[in-house]
Amino acid sequence: MSDGRQKHNRAWWLVLPVVVSVAFTAIIPLMTVVNYSVQDIFSPFDRIFVGLDWFRDVARDPEVRGALVRTLIFSAQVLLIEIPLGVLIAVCMPRRGWTVSVALVLVALPLLIPWNVVGTIWQIFARGDIGLGGWAVNKVVNFNYTLDSADAWITVLAMDVWHWTPLVVLLAYAGLRSIPDPYFQAAQIDGASAWATFRHIQLPRLRGVLTIAILLRFMDSFMIYTEPFVVTGGGPGNATSFLSILLSKIAVGQFDLGPAGAFSLLYFLIVQIVCYVFFTVLTRSGR
Amino acid sequence: MADIRLEEVGHRYTDDWAVRPMTWTWRSGRAYALLGPSGCGKTTLLNIISGLLTPTQGRVYFDDRDVTSVPTAGRDIAQVFQFPVLYEEMSVYNNLAFPLRNRKYPRKEVDERVRRVASLLGLEEHLGRRARRLDAGRQQIVSLGRGLVRSGVAAVLLDEPLTVVDPALKWTLRSKLKEIHRDTGHTLIYVTHDQTEALTFADEVVVLKDGAIVQSGTPEELFLSPAHEFVGHFIGSPGMNMLPATVVDGEVRIGGACVGRAAGLPLPGERGAPGSTGTAGSVITGPVPGPRSAQAMPISAGPVRLGVRPEFVRLGGSGLSARVTGVDDLGAYLLVHAEVDGHALTAKTAPGAPVSGEHVRFERAFLFRDEVRIGEVVA
Repeated sequence: MSDGRQKHNRAWWLVLPVVVSVAFTAIIPLMTVVNYSVQDIFSPFDRIFVGLDWFRDVARDPEVRGALVRTLIFSAQVLLIEIPLGVLIAVCMPRRGWTVSVALVLVALPLLIPWNVVGTIWQIFARGDIGLGGWAVNKVVNFNYTLDSADAWITVLAMDVWHWTPLVVLLAYAGLRSIPDPYFQAAQIDGASAWATFRHIQLPRLRGVLTIAILLRFMDSFMIYTEPFVVTGGGPGNATSFLSILLSKIAVGQFDLGPAGAFSLLYFLIVQIVCYVFFTVLTRSGR
Repeated sequence: MADIRLEEVGHRYTDDWAVRPMTWTWRSGRAYALLGPSGCGKTTLLNIISGLLTPTQGRVYFDDRDVTSVPTAGRDIAQVFQFPVLYEEMSVYNNLAFPLRNRKYPRKEVDERVRRVASLLGLEEHLGRRARRLDAGRQQIVSLGRGLVRSGVAAVLLDEPLTVVDPALKWTLRSKLKEIHRDTGHTLIYVTHDQTEALTFADEVVVLKDGAIVQSGTPEELFLSPAHEFVGHFIGSPGMNMLPATVVDGEVRIGGACVGRAAGLPLPGERGAPGSTGTAGSVITGPVPGPRSAQAMPISAGPVRLGVRPEFVRLGGSGLSARVTGVDDLGAYLLVHAEVDGHALTAKTAPGAPVSGEHVRFERAFLFRDEVRIGEVVA
């Protein structure tokens, strides 16, 4: 008994490298932020402990609140469009034959492009004067994302859909491919319509991958930075200024490390809570 | 309900035939077992009937209706697969009702049918549970129930449906299936590689090998009168003894000793047995040979293989000389291993019977050439 305990204790040494590396890459930097968030720092030698003042300030700041609402709406729209669209495309993709590879490569293409390049592509593509997309839309309705808030929002949203729906498609497609053939054969035997087959065979078996897809797309869209930064820079006005853009303005632009630290921690907390809620709801509903 | 007729139906996935072109009729209302080793084309044949697979060639008829290009849903076929296939998030009740609701049965009839099938299969107390919470055996019973719940299906196809069910329950379910068959009069085609399952279940056993039907008949016919070496091996436990022999001047000889006279049997397909139409050699209906010598015809001289079931080997004081090499006592019977002219031979005898003796006689021996039966040994 005591021998066994001894052995177990020794095993902890094997975990040590991981503990050290996680401490260096995650815990210590995070603690630094915690440290900033409770102090007002003028210089390394001149600082005041302010308690939770920064948290209170940030939580009351109308600019932060506005950005939070915008970001939540943006994430909600991203999920509502990308998840159904991704599943729809995955269902329509071929199951076998040479067209599978073609479809996969075409779908995966946007995922291979660096984020700021995506931003640049759309910055040009959506322009009314020299961009193909913007020019075409301009023929139908007046469109200018540098002046009109709604146009800017739509441009950023369309860009995210273009960039990230493929991820949902790939996850859903992998999920669909893992369904054994007899399930579809049984559905044919039972005279199930295409919709019933989707509803009762495919969708239940996509639960796992869709949970992952929803979590990934929520986190990513909630923290979106690069693409809107390149396309609109948060404008016009603050129409597309999301939490991350505002945060970097405070932290890097104004160098307000105290408020920025408090902001970061609140931001982090919101992501954690929403992910936890999503995960719990999605896994519970399956039982 | 209808006769299911295959005309020149064949299928290949690659260059080789998975199902060799065959013409065959499944008669309405009979219980068939489709018996053969893994990979012999049983499932392919089943999928052709249900329409999950379109054959490379040939036509499929339900009575006189050509259904070759009719999709599965339009064929009124029920099929149960080897492993449980369930609508996992539905209750057992909804699983059973699903095929009926898709076909717009009135609500009252759905309820009646679901409850009847559930009580037949012993699922009543599970009706409200989610299907995926059941153990694999029960899940398979639910799948089976989905196959049996509809009325007026042309046939119920069962693809090794009891593989995952535990052995004790297997017997019960098999007799339930027979009962249901009697009550509903559905045509049943039961695929299996287990001879006991096939022989206890079916009115007619169809033996499939390498994509071709080698013989069909009642269990008794297959046992007493195998028309193909494969049927001899595959049916019976242990399988048929095969000994190399020669036919010289109408005598069958093993290692120089005469064991009897060779009497030819008509080649399969030459007699117009029901169901044995079409492609020569692909379909053999083996009737129990009639009075011996009545249909005897000469067999050309040359090497043959003599097949005799262990049940028809008699040990004793006269006949071929043999050497007993061992005895297995299996309780219900003895398996006596012997050697005849350097070839192994097994005899099945009643327990307590003498196993001594230097000679064996054959009571019911057949002659095969190129695996196909050409005649029998008569005294």
